[in-house]
Amino acid sequence: MADKTLYDKLWAAHVVRTDPDGTALLYIDRHLVHEVTSPQAFEGLQLAERQPWRPESMVAMPDHNTPTDPGFTTIDDPISRLQVETLDHNARAHELSYFPIGDIRRGIVHVVGPEQGATLPGMTVVCGDSHTSTHGAFGALAFGIGTSEVEHVMATQCLIQKKSKAMLVRVDGQIRPGVTAKDIVLAIIGQIGTAGGTGYAIEFGGDAIRALSMEGRMTVCNMAIEAGARAGMVAVDEVTLAYVKDRPFAPQGKEWEQALQSWRDLHSDLHAQFDRVVTLDAAQIQPQVTWGTSPEMVVAVSDRIPDPAQETDPTKRAGIERALDYMGLRPNMPITEIQLDRVFIGSCTNGRIDDLRAAAAVIKGRKVAPSLKQALVVPGSGLVKQQAEAEGLDRIFTDAGFEWREPGCSMCLAMNADRLLPGEHCAATSNRNFEGRQGQGGRTHLVSPAMAAAAALAGHFVDVRTF
Amino acid sequence: MQAFTRLDGLVVPMDRANVDTDAIIPKQFLKSIKRTGFGPHLFDEWRYLDRGEPGMDNSQRSPNPEFCLNLPRYQGASILLARENFGCGSSREHAVWALDEYGIRCVIAPSFADIFFTNCFKSGLLPLQLPAETVDSLFREITTRPGYRLTVDLLAQSVLTPKGAVFGFQIDPFRKECLINGWDDIELTLRHAEDIRAYEARRRQQAPWLFQ
Ligand code: SF4
Repeated sequence: MADKTLYDKLWAAHVVRTDPDGTALLYIDRHLVHEVTSPQAFEGLQLAERQPWRPESMVAMPDHNTPTDPGFTTIDDPISRLQVETLDHNARAHELSYFPIGDIRRGIVHVVGPEQGATLPGMTVVCGDSHTSTHGAFGALAFGIGTSEVEHVMATQCLIQKKSKAMLVRVDGQIRPGVTAKDIVLAIIGQIGTAGGTGYAIEFGGDAIRALSMEGRMTVCNMAIEAGARAGMVAVDEVTLAYVKDRPFAPQGKEWEQALQSWRDLHSDLHAQFDRVVTLDAAQIQPQVTWGTSPEMVVAVSDRIPDPAQETDPTKRAGIERALDYMGLRPNMPITEIQLDRVFIGSCTNGRIDDLRAAAAVIKGRKVAPSLKQALVVPGSGLVKQQAEAEGLDRIFTDAGFEWREPGCSMCLAMNADRLLPGEHCAATSNRNFEGRQGQGGRTHLVSPAMAAAAALAGHFVDVRTF
Repeated sequence: MQAFTRLDGLVVPMDRANVDTDAIIPKQFLKSIKRTGFGPHLFDEWRYLDRGEPGMDNSQRSPNPEFCLNLPRYQGASILLARENFGCGSSREHAVWALDEYGIRCVIAPSFADIFFTNCFKSGLLPLQLPAETVDSLFREITTRPGYRLTVDLLAQSVLTPKGAVFGFQIDPFRKECLINGWDDIELTLRHAEDIRAYEARRRQQAPWLFQ
């Protein structure tokens, strides 16, 4: 038998049937649901008089629209409220596993799924959200889908798919102190571009990936979509198994033993063939900062902003010029001279306990720069918040001048009240720096939690390693 | 789903790469629980100078006179000509609904982001991929010729320009079938319900923990 990639194995285990042209019916084990992309799917189901095929496969929670004000009980915005109430209704009507507002387990769907063990190795996981790639960190095949596909999975437990090509991104060696999973993935995107992974499922491997915690692996897989790949994944190892063990949805006792046996095969075989292999040297990766309006517009903190005059491709040059204009930045300006208005620590990329610990370690005993209008910490879930409070991290943040909020997507996409005003610069630990992403006219710079923390103290970007 | 066979339409050019779905339909409009109402807010942040909110009367707002969709010569366009990596970012199918409701039935670009590409087919919109050089030549022709139209023939897999040039394009045969017939793919899948149940029975033996 030829050696197989992890993706080959996950794919093969879930194919229900394949047409001669390669179009396959792929079985979906776990369907995560949130309020924004599901109402039209539930409605479609109802209009067609269909029932969910396997409602036990669904785990639902509101996250995108929910307020983050400490102790909030209602949503003021009537349109947001209706959307959340619609999810409440649909979850109840179909008796789904549901974490409503007020439930300590509620949070960002990509933080909660793994935290509850609802994401397990070897699963296919989908959600009407592009950052579903996060769950691939568990040796799962996980990808985002649109609302019609959400309805399709609800109705049939399957998706119509064609197999993607396989890419291996291997990060060799060890990262230097002060460099994190976020810097690794930003460096990868900087190298292959936001469309570099289009049409591929990416496996992240190499010593630097192996050395990451599950939180770090989730950060890397989370941003696979920012490299254009619908799915990112990491092979299963002891780190994975230790994380999953004893989680509420994880198998127990004899079934755990049985599961372990099958999960140990969830890696690419030694001589597996990939359609493309990209390598990076971990030791060369420095803390990264995005300067533009696409995640590929990224450089090391010690670098300068690129000069469009140096770019020969006219479309790319126009893109750089447009981005600099939107961001209000000059060519050749040092990254450390970018002054900040707000700092946001949170999101499904960096809203986990490890991330909050890393930020708190930088902040401890210091103060947010007086020039900053706001510094916000939004834990990824109620349980992350609880854990952080048990460790006293909330005090470290609030003593420094940060606001400590309720969990949710918050300023990652600004669907709730947390947003930038036009022209404001924000150091954000989230995943997208698109125009208007954090509020119309807002200017986002993507960084790691440690870099965001250091920037909050300085009021501008600084190299966290020398801070 | 509406079928797509042949389209003769006015073309609007959007000369920028990496157009993301946040730009196509900004997040504040995603609060809706409906499938309609997105067309008036297609590209809202680029199309208007003020900030758009759901339920706003767009006739009272100030349009950006420089934005391509607002130029008089492109009114009524049903084909959008775009650059690399169109539709990247968020999985929001609302982006496709907004394009469709506005009247765009076909987007031509050198490449598309995967999720957006898949979403298009669910609403009977054709994401048509042409080589970068061809797209480049179309951009050049549009600027020199007012009222520039293209004829897209899905059956023949061809694009016809006003000068009479014909470009062929590739499309997955299954997706083509679905578009031409306007098929509901849930219906198609449910024809294989027995296969799905058989798979489940088998899988339940091998990996019972997946079914709890
Ligand atoms: S935190 Fe941001 S990227 Fe993640 S699911 Fe929420 S909105 Fe999407």
